[in-house]
Amino acid sequence: MVMKFIDEFRDPLLVRALVEDIRRRAHGPLRLMEFCGGHTHAILRFGIRKLLPSHLEMLSGPGCPVCVTSSTGLDQAMAMAEIDGVILTTFGDMVRVPGRRGSLQKARAEGADVRIVYSPIDAVALAEKNGSRPVIFLGVGFETTAPGVAASILQAHNQGIKNYFVFSLHKLTPPATKAILDSGEVNLSGILGPGHVTTVIGTDAWRFLSGYHVPMAVAGFEPLDVLRAIRMLVDQVNEGQARVDNAYSRSVLPQGNRTALAVMNEVFEPCDADWRGLGSLPGSGLCIREKYAAFDASKVFPVVVTPSPDPPGCRCGEVLQGVISPLDCSLFRRICTPENPVGPCMVSAEGTCAAYYQFGETRLED
Amino acid sequence: MKTEKIELAHGEGARLTHELISRLFKHYFSNPYLDLLHDAAVLPNPNGRLAFTTDSYVIHPIFFAGGDIGKLAVCGTINDLSMVGAKPLYLTTGYILEEGMPYADLERVVCSMAGTAKEAGVEIVAGDTKVVERGSADKIFINTAGIGWISNEVNLSPGNIREGDKIIVSGSIGDHGMAILCLREGLEFSTSLVSDCAPLNGLVQTILGRHRGVRAMRDPTRGGLATALVELAQSSGLGFEVEERCVPAHESVRAACELLGLDVFYVANEGKLILIVAPEEAEAVLRTMQNHPLGREASMIGQVVERHPQKVALKTILGVRRVMEMLAGAQLPRIC
Repeated sequence: MVMKFIDEFRDPLLVRALVEDIRRRAHGPLRLMEFCGGHTHAILRFGIRKLLPSHLEMLSGPGCPVCVTSSTGLDQAMAMAEIDGVILTTFGDMVRVPGRRGSLQKARAEGADVRIVYSPIDAVALAEKNGSRPVIFLGVGFETTAPGVAASILQAHNQGIKNYFVFSLHKLTPPATKAILDSGEVNLSGILGPGHVTTVIGTDAWRFLSGYHVPMAVAGFEPLDVLRAIRMLVDQVNEGQARVDNAYSRSVLPQGNRTALAVMNEVFEPCDADWRGLGSLPGSGLCIREKYAAFDASKVFPVVVTPSPDPPGCRCGEVLQGVISPLDCSLFRRICTPENPVGPCMVSAEGTCAAYYQFGETRLED
Repeated sequence: MKTEKIELAHGEGARLTHELISRLFKHYFSNPYLDLLHDAAVLPNPNGRLAFTTDSYVIHPIFFAGGDIGKLAVCGTINDLSMVGAKPLYLTTGYILEEGMPYADLERVVCSMAGTAKEAGVEIVAGDTKVVERGSADKIFINTAGIGWISNEVNLSPGNIREGDKIIVSGSIGDHGMAILCLREGLEFSTSLVSDCAPLNGLVQTILGRHRGVRAMRDPTRGGLATALVELAQSSGLGFEVEERCVPAHESVRAACELLGLDVFYVANEGKLILIVAPEEAEAVLRTMQNHPLGREASMIGQVVERHPQKVALKTILGVRRVMEMLAGAQLPRIC
């Protein structure tokens, strides 16, 4: 039951050789950050962390779309869902995130029409089917999801669908990376670059990192992809370099995916955005351009919510910046569990806390 | 007949209800106990212990590759009885129908239940039907309850599990969950995904008839293989060690899981079982299973150990050991 193009990248013999290589080459303490929640997930699922030398530390970054969505953004979405007649659609993870007034799941139980979709195109189809009711798609995610959401707006535009709207909470990854480096709270030896995001934006978009003298290696999501990128980072550190290397060349190009970028830029423009943990970052969000304002839920359904603080005791913000590990949070596993999440990092499959919980980052007594 | 729809009157106990019973239920389920149409089925009293269970089925969509809600409702209860070592004998079935459901769909479901029950050698001896207003249910909900007989020689319980016992799974995992998910979401790579929905009593009775070393069984339905293993480890008070590379999963299922960012260990099964077997009999049990149509892909996936009590350790394909947890909440596809 071999899976082509996947199992080759999980070959235990090649993995062992690569790990040996990394062990030989990695000297002194190294702190690498995986930006992407998908990497955190893969690293824990396969047990990669346990293969690495103890002086090579892997920190988890902010790459979880649901996690970085601010409580205020979530409250706004809740308020939109409660408008009479509105169908609010979004990705599955989003409905479980607790906001100040509960989650979208709770709003649904209380009568709001909240539906999970797998693609914004499904939300457009829903709008077409329910012509008399506004269908709002709550868009979260990075450069990976934004082009698809932009395409859904273009599709609605081209088909003359007037009851489809997008509430864009989309975010851009390079500004968040800059913010983490600027804050100086974590001292990074290198960054494992996000594979899917960089497939869209291209390795060229990360060139600014050389100004921080931080090396990057873009990685795919299989064990060999991740380990190869780690070896590239170790080599760069040894050589005193700060390049952007590409360990995911079967997907990532220097210029990215021009078609996806063109669609994204046609519909969206950068704007300031609130990030959980990182605060408001200039030019880090994607807002709908004036030309497509008729599809912009934030303009058509302006809702006013009082800015809400993050849940008390929740250290999701610090986890997202790699400042602490979930194990350092006193709520982790005790009060905050996937069934009863206090913060979004425990909700999303890409959340660091959920990955630590699911893949048991606790010790086995041998 | 083809365009006929279920009406509220079909559940009101009057003429239409009687018509439904004679035209459909009695016609398809006919057996000496049901045919008397008493208020309760009167059954012979066997020697030994009885197992008794119930489950409700609300699956959407009601027809899927490899089965339908009716087959699922019969298999689910048969399998629950089988897991305690019982030979399933009698089922009852209760229907909640939505007004407007096409009669032909109901007939297809009932026919499928009758076929599955016949295949499994089980009789449907009593039933009930209610019809609710359009919108109050999703086409059809089915409840089944079942009675099974346990031979005095059979004693299955997680409490019997001992250090050194072997863990066997009867075949590839994740087939049912991925077939349903992909169909429900209209994901187009779903063509090769077929639910494994099947009655396991034949396989179980074959194993129990030939071997004495089976300690406990569990069918890994919702929550998947991982959740069932953790449940067994917790009730046994011992630790389990599982080898990821030994766990069978079809390529199409694994590929769909990869695409959606799901973990196949947590995807539902409806025709698989986990066995914990005494070490000296494990190979023989495995061979018996592999000679049965529902156990052809059976595989020994791990063993029971004394260390890390109540925990399941997974040795990943990279040879690293990590804790395997129960599924918490629902598995959701990744966003990026």
